[in-house]
Amino acid sequence: MNFQIAVLLGQDGVTNGAIYALLALSILLVFTVTRILLIPLGEFVTYGALTMAAIQSGEPTALVWLLLALMLIDCALDLRLLVQNGFSAHRARWIGLKLGYAVLMCVLIQTLPLADIPMFAQVLLTLGLLVPLGPIIYRLFFQPIASASSLVLMIVSIAVHVAMVGIGLLLFGPEGARTQPFSDTGFSLGPVMLKSQTLWVILVSVALIVMLFIAFERTLYGKALRATAVNRMGARLMGISPVFAGKATFAMATFIGAMSGILIAPITTLYFDSGFIISLKGFVGAIIGGLVSYPLAAAGAVVVGLIEAFSMFWASSYKEIIVFTLIIPFLLWRSLTSHHVEEDEEE
Amino acid sequence: MKPRHLLIGFIVLLAFAPLVLPTFQITLLNYIGLYALVVLGLVLLTGVGGMTSFGQAAFVGLGSYTSAYLTTTEQLPTWLAWASGSPWLSLLIGILLTTLVALILGALTLRLSGHYLPLGTIAWGISLYYLFGTLEGLGGHTGVSDLPPISLFGLVLDKGEEIYYLIWLVLLCAIFITQNLLNSREGRAIRALKGGQLMAESMGVNTFRSKLVVFLISALFAALSGWLYAHTQRFVNPTPFGLSMAIDYLFMALIGGVGSVWGALIGAGVFTMLKQALQDVLPHLLGSNGQYETIVFGLLIVVLMQKSPGGIWPILMRFVPAQLKRRRLLPEKPATSTELPHRTLPEHGQVILEARDVTRRFGGLVANNNMSLKIHAGEILALIGPNGAGKSTMFNQLSAVDTPTSGEVLFRGESLKGKSSREVAKMGMSRTFQHVKLLPTMTVLENVAIGAHLRGSKGVISSALHLERLEETSLLQEAERQLKRVGLGDYLYEEAGSLALGQQRILEIARALCADPCLLLLDEPAAGLRHKEKQALAELLSKLRGEGMAILLVEHDMDFVMGLVDRIVVMEFGEKIAEGLPEEIQTNPAVLEAYLGGAD
Repeated sequence: MNFQIAVLLGQDGVTNGAIYALLALSILLVFTVTRILLIPLGEFVTYGALTMAAIQSGEPTALVWLLLALMLIDCALDLRLLVQNGFSAHRARWIGLKLGYAVLMCVLIQTLPLADIPMFAQVLLTLGLLVPLGPIIYRLFFQPIASASSLVLMIVSIAVHVAMVGIGLLLFGPEGARTQPFSDTGFSLGPVMLKSQTLWVILVSVALIVMLFIAFERTLYGKALRATAVNRMGARLMGISPVFAGKATFAMATFIGAMSGILIAPITTLYFDSGFIISLKGFVGAIIGGLVSYPLAAAGAVVVGLIEAFSMFWASSYKEIIVFTLIIPFLLWRSLTSHHVEEDEEE
Repeated sequence: MKPRHLLIGFIVLLAFAPLVLPTFQITLLNYIGLYALVVLGLVLLTGVGGMTSFGQAAFVGLGSYTSAYLTTTEQLPTWLAWASGSPWLSLLIGILLTTLVALILGALTLRLSGHYLPLGTIAWGISLYYLFGTLEGLGGHTGVSDLPPISLFGLVLDKGEEIYYLIWLVLLCAIFITQNLLNSREGRAIRALKGGQLMAESMGVNTFRSKLVVFLISALFAALSGWLYAHTQRFVNPTPFGLSMAIDYLFMALIGGVGSVWGALIGAGVFTMLKQALQDVLPHLLGSNGQYETIVFGLLIVVLMQKSPGGIWPILMRFVPAQLKRRRLLPEKPATSTELPHRTLPEHGQVILEARDVTRRFGGLVANNNMSLKIHAGEILALIGPNGAGKSTMFNQLSAVDTPTSGEVLFRGESLKGKSSREVAKMGMSRTFQHVKLLPTMTVLENVAIGAHLRGSKGVISSALHLERLEETSLLQEAERQLKRVGLGDYLYEEAGSLALGQQRILEIARALCADPCLLLLDEPAAGLRHKEKQALAELLSKLRGEGMAILLVEHDMDFVMGLVDRIVVMEFGEKIAEGLPEEIQTNPAVLEAYLGGAD
């Protein structure tokens, strides 16, 4: 291996690592606030990439019907609550807003010349379609069992993942898709060519990570979410709604997942079922971070990306095996350092 | 009609099925049997043990590929040559290999909190799946073909209808030994894993070992299923051992119901048939081919978890008339049942437990400061003090749940430093909990029998085969004896969760007594008891004292304490402010001030 190849591999590694880091952070975020291991995160990545690809090829994506259908169910439940709990103008307006948004999205997708609008608008449209799905999924699938044991939460998470893969096949078909890069220019740094998409991925990832940090450390809502993570009951007594916390973190995770998909779609061909492996690598990063530490998880995820890239070069068919056995030393280390008998979970 | 008759009817039906059903249905039944064997392991792991694994499909693969490789390859290294060609020898190797992998994986993940096992097994499942597809020697993605059939007593099982009998025989045996195991001393320890680990540890159960046992058994069931699968198909490739199959196994377990061994059979049956039906219908409905049944199964599981987390089995049981539901009773008394040996209690007046200058700091807070106390054999000592005085912290130091920052605790002359609550239990200390810790769905008798865990010694294998019935009877009789002694003799077969809170406290005392201790630590035993019950408890404790037991009470109820105990230690702000006879304490000015406030 010469220097040039090393830089090339390093570049790939850091690009993937940045995406895994974003996913690892969302996983941690959702886990600490809601106790849910968000396995369907990978599906948001593939949905993001495949929706973007559909838009770029000028197809009115069928995803919008999924959004409309889920929004209708959501609003029907809202209406039932409205009937049960008595009318409130605020709630009624909210239902109208949600329905209006879904209909607007349908109209936009059906009428806009999707392939010809600027890429920035395409990205916005993709996010606009996907991000509302997160809170609705939380509401429909997780909110009714928010206080169940974490085993049940994980099972439902797996079930949602399985269903979403099937729906992905239905919406996007079995073909893989790649999108146009954000820009065509490249940068040469000495003898090495830096791909511009790599820079985009790294820049946006870092920006998102910084944004997350500010949102969590500096804003009241962020502090409220962190409080929920530390003590759900306590946070509730302080007037922080766990439902709000759940929906907000799901929206954030969906946003990050879809954005990751949009970012890597020009580099990697994604299929409807590619999401699982991608999010699992995020999980490996999160495990390295011990499911508690954000900086450690991010660093772990970058390491996962680098090791993946370099094992691709040396032993490409053993790539996945190497990446997933990577967690063994970390499990060993954690197993040796933890001595407590597991506290019994309240059921 | 009894459940036994139902079972016999079911077995007769199974036996005649190949004579009447067409081959396709028999193939389906073979698959259901193979799946049910794997799911049975998951029921044990998830439903009973409260853990879950996504590595089961990989263990199936391990069993399959081991046998496929050993029975087809011609270039075995010489030290393994003896195992070539015969499915039975390759089964043996498969079992050894699976045991090794399961022990390593278990050792890595089972000590950690709940989420590491599923994540660790996902990683292991994916790695092994890719390894199967990559290794040249295993045929890569095309797999291995031309496996020999299994032959049994000269009978070659090379048709679906023939191997059918072997599959279902193995499955029924597995169900039998699983039920035996759950209904034994080891089984009670395993059933305590879900929601009772702290309690079980303090009763001397090695919860890590129990977890490992369950994980190992479930892995072995999976490997056995894989071995049968390989020699039914006579061909293996990596596809059925991937993560999506692991998820399917979990779904089967959840659909059937993880709470019962029969749920495994129902789950595997319903899932397999439903999948078959959906694969026929959905492509027509949706107009294209693909694995759309995953959408239905995914949503089905979500609904199931929201509406009936117990799966189909408990719903079915609702339709079963009450008299058919068998209560677990004492095993039939064998002609000679021996009473369990008793510990010789230390001589009256001997120091049993001694705290020397125990200090415990939490950061800047000093919860216990220079606490010293002694408890003698045949004495009841009460530890009292206002709220927040540090009694519970002291209790934790004395029972080895927590370690003092400085100072030491000696139990029968031995320092408790570095000892686990399990070791302390073995030395003869037994305790109850301030917040009752029992297993609400188990019977009162079984809950109490957990206390006698250390007095039995028969292991997993004799439990699974029910070769330990003599010891089991003695353990349950001891539990019964203790329950009658504390006055709960009428509730032996009730669910422990259905007792009133006061009775649950008494149950904890019976459980502690079952361990045959020489020191009893009771954390607020009289809380929630009615007047009559308190009197009975006081009588019981006096009687125990008379027998030479040392008892430490942490208690709020002054009437109860003053009439019963020999000596009292009073704490306030983490320090001992008084010690002496009840009469002295009642007139001690420092105590009066602590309880009633200063005079001025």
